[in-house]
Amino acid sequence: MSTTPAQAGWRFKAPSVIPGFGLTLGFSLAYLTLIILIPLAGLLLRSASLGWADFWAIATDERTVKALEISFGTAIVAALVNVVFGTIVAWILVRYRFPGRRIVDAMVDLPFALPTAVAGIALTTLYAPNGWIGHLLMPLGIKVAYTPLGIVIALIFIGLPFVVRTVQPIIEEIDKEVEEAAATLGANRWQTISRVLLPGLAPAIVTGFALAFARGVGEYGSVIFIAGNLPYVSEIAPLLIVIRLEEYDYAAATAIASIMLGLSFAMLLVINLIQSWSRKRYG
Amino acid sequence: MAEPVTSSNPGRYAIGSAATAERPITRIILMSVAFAFLAIFLVMPLVIVFTEAFSRGLAPFWENLADPDTLSAIRLTLIVAAISVPLNLVFGVAAAWAIAKFEFKGKAFLITLIDLPFSVSPVISGLVYVLLFGSTSLLGPWLKMHGIVILFAVPGIVLATVFVTFPFVARELIPLMQEQGTGDEEAALSLGANGWQTFWFVTLPNIKWGLLYGVLLCNARAMGEFGAVSVVSGHIRGVTNTMPLHVEILYNEYNAVGAFAVASLLAGLALVTLVLKTLLEMRYGEELAATRGH
Repeated sequence: MSTTPAQAGWRFKAPSVIPGFGLTLGFSLAYLTLIILIPLAGLLLRSASLGWADFWAIATDERTVKALEISFGTAIVAALVNVVFGTIVAWILVRYRFPGRRIVDAMVDLPFALPTAVAGIALTTLYAPNGWIGHLLMPLGIKVAYTPLGIVIALIFIGLPFVVRTVQPIIEEIDKEVEEAAATLGANRWQTISRVLLPGLAPAIVTGFALAFARGVGEYGSVIFIAGNLPYVSEIAPLLIVIRLEEYDYAAATAIASIMLGLSFAMLLVINLIQSWSRKRYG
Repeated sequence: MAEPVTSSNPGRYAIGSAATAERPITRIILMSVAFAFLAIFLVMPLVIVFTEAFSRGLAPFWENLADPDTLSAIRLTLIVAAISVPLNLVFGVAAAWAIAKFEFKGKAFLITLIDLPFSVSPVISGLVYVLLFGSTSLLGPWLKMHGIVILFAVPGIVLATVFVTFPFVARELIPLMQEQGTGDEEAALSLGANGWQTFWFVTLPNIKWGLLYGVLLCNARAMGEFGAVSVVSGHIRGVTNTMPLHVEILYNEYNAVGAFAVASLLAGLALVTLVLKTLLEMRYGEELAATRGH
């Protein structure tokens, strides 16, 4: 493969004295193909073999549509919440010095490290009507556990580190001179932040939003405990896949999964475009 | 308590004047908002895991952990991690070697493919193996004829875990090794080392902390994975139940103390992971790619 140039001067690989290219690339590609690509291709093939009419019937089934709406809707709301609070957290971690900053910084990664099922039962217990937070919200008429609001809470937990860890390094890189220049030219602090700093952070914030959103759409473990899982109301798309599988309705499970995959890949593409665009713009 | 940054990072933020910092009142508000948010969303869930686990005292906690089904779930989780983490470790090193040490066409596309499992729902990561090996698949009848059991057994659980933890080690090593370049390896080779010697004595010492970092995160996810494993496991008590699945079963049986007792072990694992990760970042931050915001 590396020795057959398609045209004069075209090389698959630049020359190098370092050995092991064939071995490592060959192993990586074989492993990638076996573990990831063949199984995913199998899903898409299976979905394609359904035929358009069947696929469309599943895709437009009211329960499927509702589940997708709930998954995408709650993921967007949670990602928006995380954009606001995640950016504030990132700002504080970079710009302010306070006792325990290191611990707070480390804690931000907790949702990455804590198994989702553990997060699920912990959040459910907190927000249940008799839970620590739930019993405070009850008199206000706010129900969190077993409602779509509960899904949002779980997805906020899951998505927070994505926003903080995307925005934080960009805040660290901000050149203090830019702020000084803005201040010298008469901008007050709020103008400096909204007109000078935030536009520079925007690509990172958008990327963080997209990552948190993509993760939230597919999230399962932390959501199913708190959601109540009422069809048409608080049933997320990944759960509907599991339900269809348990009913041995492989066609429906496959169709819903491919719709979700298609949407996730579109997201991935958008993330990559944003990143390359921001790299060009902000170098 | 919140003074503008002046002393701890003098080179960078030496001028902490009012013009380039928020007013004290704004600072206090921002910090209160952030701390309240973190307390509600991060600290309280963690605290409640341990309070619930010990809510009836130590004895029920231990009884639940000593239950044979719990012990078998712990054993299975350890086995699954012990197989899937080394697999992804070898892959991560191989992929990073090929991608970081050589220039070839389609590299960016390959990196995108490696990241793919991150953007696939865990449930779908399990579903793909059900479709591949299930009784209605092409392989299904053949597997059955030869008595090979993959689904609803340990091999399926391992495969699903390998799928979801696939990118962790590679993702950490690729940027790190790209940054390190090929100079050290070329020097070793020109001095007469062979390929393996170069890897063992030159490359590996350069990447060891990054490798450990990737393995740490990979292991945390492998032991904690729920969605993908749930789809392929079959939930056979004492046989194909991992710790996170056992948490679900106990919780749904209204055995809150039992569920939180097992959950507290997993939360403990998460805390140990975070501590080790932070120590690695503090001590070897320069040798890790992840701390530089690639």
